[in-house]
Amino acid sequence: MSNVPADLRYTASHEWVRSLPDGTVEIGITDHAQHALGDLVFVDVPEAGRQVKAGEACAVVESVKAASDVYTPVAGTVTGGNAELASSPELINQDPYGKGWMVRLTPADPAAIGALLDAAAYQATLAASGG
Amino acid sequence: MGRRTPLHDLHVALGARMVDFGGWDMPVHYGSQIEEHHAVRRGAGLFDVSHMCVVDLLGEGVRAFLRRLLANDVARLKMPGKALYSCMLNERGGVIDDLIVYFRAEDAFRLVVNAGTRDKDLAWIRGQARAAGARLEVLERSDLAMIAVQGPKARELLAAQLPMAERAATLALEPFFARDVARDPGGAAALAGVGADAGVADATRQDGWYVARTGYTGEDGFEVILPAGQAAGLWRALNAAGAASCGLGARDTLRLEAGMNLYGNDMDESRHPLESGLAWTVAFDPPERDFVGRAPLDAARAAGAGAKLVGLLLEDRGVLRGHQRVVVPGVGEGEVTSGTFSPTLERSIGFARVPRATGGEVQVDIRGKLLRARVVKLPFVRQGRILVDL
Repeated sequence: MSNVPADLRYTASHEWVRSLPDGTVEIGITDHAQHALGDLVFVDVPEAGRQVKAGEACAVVESVKAASDVYTPVAGTVTGGNAELASSPELINQDPYGKGWMVRLTPADPAAIGALLDAAAYQATLAASGG
Repeated sequence: MGRRTPLHDLHVALGARMVDFGGWDMPVHYGSQIEEHHAVRRGAGLFDVSHMCVVDLLGEGVRAFLRRLLANDVARLKMPGKALYSCMLNERGGVIDDLIVYFRAEDAFRLVVNAGTRDKDLAWIRGQARAAGARLEVLERSDLAMIAVQGPKARELLAAQLPMAERAATLALEPFFARDVARDPGGAAALAGVGADAGVADATRQDGWYVARTGYTGEDGFEVILPAGQAAGLWRALNAAGAASCGLGARDTLRLEAGMNLYGNDMDESRHPLESGLAWTVAFDPPERDFVGRAPLDAARAAGAGAKLVGLLLEDRGVLRGHQRVVVPGVGEGEVTSGTFSPTLERSIGFARVPRATGGEVQVDIRGKLLRARVVKLPFVRQGRILVDL
């Protein structure tokens, strides 16, 4: 049973979004996603300043087995990526909602966050897909 | 639902993540693929390889038939129990499959072929036998399971599961040798009795274990072919003795580090062995031996052109994967055939098919960026030791 914190927002493609006090958001992949991918060995995060659209592939996570894109849940401007993941990609496996965060960005439209899945809705998508 | 091995329910009970592999439901890992990989390099790991197909070839003309069927020469198998790795080629020299052939007795050879190719292999072998007029029986042994026990501690752990009288001889097996192991003294007598009265062909159908000092990891160890009903018991006993359950994920990273090809990735029917790093497995001598696929190989060898398969170590950050484009400046292009992250090297490694003139440096196109990779001599790792400069 995967961990789905109640205070975050989610996408059906298994990203999570946390609203930070300064108006930016933090993005990562869910516990379900890291478990499905297995041991992560490589993470590529975007540079600060990059403009991203909602649903755009903005980062890559690679497990021993395969590479997967990470999609931006909301449009915005990247303020930074988690530099620690370059040397320690396993942080995503160990702490997907904490030290394993991937990207921070300033959303173009803060209201877009509220339109994402809440924890209960994300749980329901997992249950529907047998996860 | 895919096909299941005799160990399927045990894998599920052990928490394996099951995936489809060539039509079979197989464990990819039991929690952490990387930990399973390290377990094999440092201690011992267990692999269910029952999806591979054991084929017994029985009859008087078997050796002559195999000298025609296989690109390696079974005339090299002089002592019973000796094993040989070989390609089985089509008439164009393309690789139908790679396999291991064991010489059990003059009228009983055993092949172990890949899971994904078993149906076409059996059809090919039977067709070739008919065409050659060979008097032999091609017996698919679906009644058997196969467990690989691999790692520096593997042999002693397996030996401890054998009857006392069988241990010393089993531990004394040289690499690429195998032996029949009787499971109990009564069984041994029965086996010997049948062998004397009715020939080894019938003895191969008895309930012994066939233990081979072979593997696909670059570590020491055994592969055990045994009756399907006894597989789960052996697995549990080896687990309890400290051997880790390992899935196909670790099997793939281990074989890549060991520089071993995977059929379907690194060679297939469209390529001949000389383009797949397998020239060493083709016995060109004696020149009069007419094996299937020989003529195109002789021609390719004389021409000296074509592609070669090399090992790659990625110098930049990223992960090599099959089908990535390889750029060889001033020479041409090639393709990654297998790639992964190596848990032992903590770097990305792979194999690539590149033009023969390729030197020491290439570039690999990973998501539109050309990253630097170095051509290295295989294997990357052997018996726990890193053999390439990092």
